[in-house]
Amino acid sequence: MVWLLVAFPALGAALLLTWGKESDRFGHLIATAASAASFVWGVVLFVRLLGRDHDDRTVTDTLFTWISTGDFHVEMSFVYDPLAALFVLLITGVGTLIHVYSIGYMEHDERRRRFFAFLNLFVAAMLVLVLAGDYLVLFLGWEGVGLASYLLIGFWQHKPTAAAAAKKAFVVNRVGDIGMALAIMLMFKEFGTTEIAAVGDSVAGTAASTITALGLLLLLGACGKSAQVPLQSWLLDAMEGPTPVSALIHAATMVTAGVYLVVRSNAIFDASETARTAVVVVGLVTLIAGAIIGCAKDDIKKALAGSTMSQIGYMMLAAGLGPAGYAFAIFHLVTHGFFKANMFLGAGSVMHAMDDDVNMRHYGALRTALPVTFATFGLGYLAIIGFPGFSGFFSKDKIIEAALAHNVWIGLATVLGAGITAFYMTRLMAMTFAGQKRWKDEVHPHESPRVMTVPLMVLAAASVLGGILLLGDWITDWLEPVVGHTEHEHVVILGAEWPPIAVSALVTVVVAVGVALAWFTYGRREVAGETPEKVSFLTRFARNDLYGDTVNEWVAVRPTMTLARGIARFDQHGFHRAITGAVGLIGEGASSMRAWQNGFVRSYALGVFVGALALTLALLVVIWR
Amino acid sequence: MSDLLSLSMILFTIGAVGVLVRRNALIVFMCVELMLNATNLAFVAFAREHGNLDGQLAAFFVMVVAAAEVVVGLAIIIAIHRSRGSISVDEVRQVRG
Repeated sequence: MVWLLVAFPALGAALLLTWGKESDRFGHLIATAASAASFVWGVVLFVRLLGRDHDDRTVTDTLFTWISTGDFHVEMSFVYDPLAALFVLLITGVGTLIHVYSIGYMEHDERRRRFFAFLNLFVAAMLVLVLAGDYLVLFLGWEGVGLASYLLIGFWQHKPTAAAAAKKAFVVNRVGDIGMALAIMLMFKEFGTTEIAAVGDSVAGTAASTITALGLLLLLGACGKSAQVPLQSWLLDAMEGPTPVSALIHAATMVTAGVYLVVRSNAIFDASETARTAVVVVGLVTLIAGAIIGCAKDDIKKALAGSTMSQIGYMMLAAGLGPAGYAFAIFHLVTHGFFKANMFLGAGSVMHAMDDDVNMRHYGALRTALPVTFATFGLGYLAIIGFPGFSGFFSKDKIIEAALAHNVWIGLATVLGAGITAFYMTRLMAMTFAGQKRWKDEVHPHESPRVMTVPLMVLAAASVLGGILLLGDWITDWLEPVVGHTEHEHVVILGAEWPPIAVSALVTVVVAVGVALAWFTYGRREVAGETPEKVSFLTRFARNDLYGDTVNEWVAVRPTMTLARGIARFDQHGFHRAITGAVGLIGEGASSMRAWQNGFVRSYALGVFVGALALTLALLVVIWR
Repeated sequence: MSDLLSLSMILFTIGAVGVLVRRNALIVFMCVELMLNATNLAFVAFAREHGNLDGQLAAFFVMVVAAAEVVVGLAIIIAIHRSRGSISVDEVRQVRG
């Protein structure tokens, strides 16, 4: 009965999209109920799975044969295993909270029902993605979440920027999807099947180069969906969507699909050192790039989006470490889902209070005006910077530890990343909640209604307590049947062996330095009310998203435009001319032959006779020869 | 045998020339009939020569078709005569390129 998980939100979406205006009054309740039902069912299934033996925790639910041609079969099957179970709980749990929050956030939007329909559609597609037992089914969900993401980024389609952002997200994702599609085709060619388990079994007897190619293609797909360098540029623009969407899709769930894909394809990545290294490099670059971008943004949502990129970079990097890192990637993914959703919704609450102003330079001193938002946001903040005892502390520490054990330099880069994270998050906190008030007199910040603050509290509690998943190595043990697990080696820096506690101490010190730096720059000093123009090169670099768009412009957009113009010119001058020339020729021929059609019956008769004569002569010639 | 075929050829030629040179639709029509009957004669002559009835049979088909054609053709000629007072085939040439 795994399919019920998908059925609830899918039904919700279908209902809301087809029902008429009278469902405007209660449509949001249907959608929330559908998502909640899915969550409840997810909990039931999870408990049932807990009751099974450690090695017997895979439930396969085959609905029907989707494609059957020759030797190739695709079953519409859902595989519910420990990895999928965690994702189901995260997606439906956070999803339901965000549905509840949206009831308040979208209250005055006349298209609220449609918004909820899209949210339901997203939840259904995301569940298909994580439950799929076949790469083709996974691809179905993959494209489904892409569609939902497109529809929701561009939800306020009357804003040209939102429409453009939606288009950009869609197009950039297509680039990643090419990798994904090619990977599936390659599987079909090499293994004759696209079923995930069967592909995993076939890896052993396949050429190393093929496996590496598969890994790299899957990584390309993951980069698109998870906004990893070089396909990162869409995520910052995606913040044009309503804030609950940014929280659910562009922070907590959909953007982590790439990490899920890598972890789910662990058999392929385990077999290819090159592919794993590529994953690590992509993760590392994105981690640093996202963090730097986060440091310079004045738009609260964009700062958080940079942070999301960076945190997903951590997950990617962990996934690239192989069996030593898969479980930690998922662990960080889950805790990040909690605290980032919490902070995005918090940002939404702040925007709600500030008349949808997103510029942090217009905030300041909001801690007294928005006490609940401040408290919950603060807990999320402590979680993301890795304050000891909070969920982010455990999950990020584990990744840093594994990275240090893998390679000291990569490890140190992740430590640096943690410091930058502390810096930009402290900056965000200080600019928003601390200091003097910088908002205008006509703005009257007010705390959001209960329907919005309760989800914040739940998520804040989860951000604090998420670390208990690690208790007794529960998460590694839980995921072990799916992804395997090997304890990473000892951390050795400068010839000395570092115990885990020392690594934690090092990270905490670096984080403390980051916090202090940000506090002295933005907390103690007056923050300018407008974005300063004269800034260092580095700030400008970060403010422009590290010139990612410029690179895209020169690498992809312009060559494509030039090519397109060239083809258009060829079409107009070459092809078009050839066609019109041929048409003209035929036309002239036809006019000259028109004279033969003179209307004299007798001349037609002559034609018939001459023709008959010719035929007869020809026949005679043939016979006599 | 060859006499019958010669007669058939002569009749056919008269008919063909008549179709090509005469303007009066009725005459043209009769020339067409002449050609048909010339072929009929050839059919029958060959049937007689080879001693099977296929040719005779074909001649009957031709007669039936010719009768149907006369019905339609005469009706058209009368209609043309009524509408324009002339049945010269050279004057009926509205349909041309």
